[in-house]
Amino acid sequence: MTVTKNDQHGAGTEPVDLSDPRLSRFEIVREGARRDDIEIVTYESQFPTPNSKAEKRIERTIALMFLLAGLLGLVFLAAYIFWPWEFELGHARSDYYTPILGISLGLALLAIGFAILTWAKKLLPHEVSIQDRHEGRSTDEDRQITGQTLLFTVDELGIQRRPLLKGAIALGLAPIGLVAAAPLVGGLIKNPHKPDRGQDPPMFRTGFDPVANQGRPVRLTHEDGTPIRPEDISVGGQITVFPGVPHGATNEYADSPTLLIQLRADDAAVARKASEEDERNKGAMWGNYVAFSKICTHAGCPASLYEQQTNRLLCPCHQSQFLITENARPIFGPASRRLPMLPITVDDEGYFVAASDYRETVGPDFWERP
Amino acid sequence: MKRRKFDLASVPGKAAKGVDERYQVATPLRGLLNKVFPDHWSFLLGEIALFSFIVLLLSGVFLTLFFDPSMKEVAYDGSYTALRGTEMSAAYESSLHLSFEVRGGLFMRQMHHWAALLFMAAIVVHMARVFFTGAFRKPREANWAIGIALFLLGFLAGFTGYSLPDDGLSGTGLRIASAIMLSIPVVGTWLSASIFGGEFPGELIIGRFYIAHVLLIPGGLLALISVHLGLVFAQKHTQWPGPGRTNSNVVGERMFPRYALKQGGFFMTVFGVIALLAGLFQINPIWLFGPYRASEVSSGSQPDWYVMFMDGLVRLMPAWQIDLPIGDGYVIPPLFWPAVVGLGALTTVPMFYPWIEARRLKDTRSHHLLQRPRDAPERTGLGAMAFTFFIVATLSGGNDVIADKFHISLNAMTWAGRIGMVILPPLAYYLAVRICLGLQQHDREVLAHGVETGIIKRLPDGRFVEVHQPLSPVDDHGHPLPLDYAGWVVPKKMNRLGALAPAVKGFFFPVEKPVEAPVSPAVPPLASREDREEITSGR
Repeated sequence: MTVTKNDQHGAGTEPVDLSDPRLSRFEIVREGARRDDIEIVTYESQFPTPNSKAEKRIERTIALMFLLAGLLGLVFLAAYIFWPWEFELGHARSDYYTPILGISLGLALLAIGFAILTWAKKLLPHEVSIQDRHEGRSTDEDRQITGQTLLFTVDELGIQRRPLLKGAIALGLAPIGLVAAAPLVGGLIKNPHKPDRGQDPPMFRTGFDPVANQGRPVRLTHEDGTPIRPEDISVGGQITVFPGVPHGATNEYADSPTLLIQLRADDAAVARKASEEDERNKGAMWGNYVAFSKICTHAGCPASLYEQQTNRLLCPCHQSQFLITENARPIFGPASRRLPMLPITVDDEGYFVAASDYRETVGPDFWERP
Repeated sequence: MKRRKFDLASVPGKAAKGVDERYQVATPLRGLLNKVFPDHWSFLLGEIALFSFIVLLLSGVFLTLFFDPSMKEVAYDGSYTALRGTEMSAAYESSLHLSFEVRGGLFMRQMHHWAALLFMAAIVVHMARVFFTGAFRKPREANWAIGIALFLLGFLAGFTGYSLPDDGLSGTGLRIASAIMLSIPVVGTWLSASIFGGEFPGELIIGRFYIAHVLLIPGGLLALISVHLGLVFAQKHTQWPGPGRTNSNVVGERMFPRYALKQGGFFMTVFGVIALLAGLFQINPIWLFGPYRASEVSSGSQPDWYVMFMDGLVRLMPAWQIDLPIGDGYVIPPLFWPAVVGLGALTTVPMFYPWIEARRLKDTRSHHLLQRPRDAPERTGLGAMAFTFFIVATLSGGNDVIADKFHISLNAMTWAGRIGMVILPPLAYYLAVRICLGLQQHDREVLAHGVETGIIKRLPDGRFVEVHQPLSPVDDHGHPLPLDYAGWVVPKKMNRLGALAPAVKGFFFPVEKPVEAPVSPAVPPLASREDREEITSGR
């Protein structure tokens, strides 16, 4: 079927009598397009003659791609069913399970996709159609009618004339709106300042608070709960410690992880001087040992990369850097607040304990931080 | 009794009649089948997002059958031996189970993740197309705003989904999200406590994110996508200018037979690419990260790519804390500015761009013809500026990896980002505007003088000039008549004017005789080879 544009926008613009039995199917289609304000300007086969060599060739290509898709689909199914898929540690045949599924399914889908695309782009006649956009506004009359209809509704309800109703609706429906919102929002609201079981709100304390430990100082422990002696840390070394309370090392105490560092003697002297001069950190060191909150004051990541030579602590999330020997003051990056220092000492049995809870609020900064 | 013969061929016709008698579909269906769509490769970018979304829905439903959104602590006892005995949340345990003990589960998980990454990428590229070609102008302003909202919803869908497995990385992301909420003045602590149900991390957040991720956000996405496509359908697609194309018509192909078929093929292709990515490229290997522990993170922790710009902005922000000496004293932490104000501004201000531009240009007309980026230099410059900012921010989101791989100081990378995001966007604006003007100028030059032929002619007085092939008829003196600048492609090579015969079809051997070779529809029919004369320096 070949139509080509003639100059005066002629093709397909004349209405056709559909009852004419001589009409070809395309002529009926073109009449339908005309009724949708579409002019089919060009609709021509991509091949000079029907059943040309080129057409046959493309048919074969498409058929091949569909068959390939089927074959790959079978490969996918076979691999899915028969390939060993259960995970084994080390190199195993199951390592290839996901790649085989991906390659077979991906290539199968690509083959189907390319087959359909080739069909549409190479076999179907090339087409240019022009449709009127019918852009823009409604007619003035329609605008007037719709506008008047809406205003008529307002008139009939008489909202303008009946101020009592107006006020009653406003006062009556506003609470109903809040009624709808209240259970949705209200149930979620949680007061972060509410004291919890007679203690400070959890926002302002950590697992090192002795109050939760029947008033006894809380031990610093490893992740498995074993307490720590000073000799467990080498000079210049650091370990992450947790409050020695039940579940102390779990996410229940997400603000409590603490970094315990044994400074070298000269660094410790600098650190001691700095902390003694500070009102809050006074007396928080024990010997050459310092303990700082591991929770970054910026966004709450564990600031865990300790550079032994420079005594800097780096948070890997946003690269805030803290200088341990100067009360863990932020020296680079987005953090604006120093890491809180945990006052530590050693109990009668020679284990590290927290002399008290942190004296500053641990964790990311917020509006009403004391 | 004689059995009536069953006429199989008449069944579809009868069924169709029956349907039409009940639902009156013939007339609207005709309009639908006939609808004309303009065609250009750049109109297919949004489709990639749509098709990825379909893959997301399909693969996501599969994942929900195995995932357990619970933060109850369990001890792992699965087939991944490295983690056996480790305490972890049920959510993480079920994600591991899905990856290791469900047949094809890892493939589906990776398909879901890759489809999500492609979804966001397609949205961004599609948005760039719409922006740089001016497709957002009246009457499509609202659809642009909906598109931005779709990006924001996609961002939230991605973040909530990323958080669900409760592995080391996603827990760290949640912790940062909690810190971002805390940084909001006045309501921060209340917001964080309300969303997490108390102190971070609590035991509720995975369940809450789960319902947001599988119901609320996809519901919103589905609704907005429907409106987005419905508006495209109702307002008809924009088109590039060109021969026969005006502001009041649509030139292209009818939906059936050709256009719909091509869309179907394209969907399969996108689906196939996602399947290949899912099978061949590992994504988010959660078993390597371990369960989330508040005390553990490693360097090289990056979010998915579409969150990296925000992470980058957070990294680059100087430590500017605002102290308000009222009462006990209040603080606005530096995190507030990039993470809350920055993300808020970057996702809401662009929504208003169509109205801002219309107001600035005092433009109240409707536009259905697209503009080439070079024809709106200031808009292109602005877009270049925005994307430069986005790229600097995104690269800064991985500045620790760059610093590590290229042996650059980490602090130098931070400073490069800080300085870069101030200096590079204006520079990009300037360069983009100059390039636009230069390209425009070149188009005008070709319209005025013609195409360079590469033929050098020596004039009688000894000068050398290059012969130009005029694009328009020449006047009596042999000078080309001026052509109007139409804002569309100008041929700049002789080949485009038919100086070479079209390629002969066939891969190993010609499938048609060269003379019969079909002519590309974009090029006007040519005379056969014998009629073609050599272009000489005549005149």
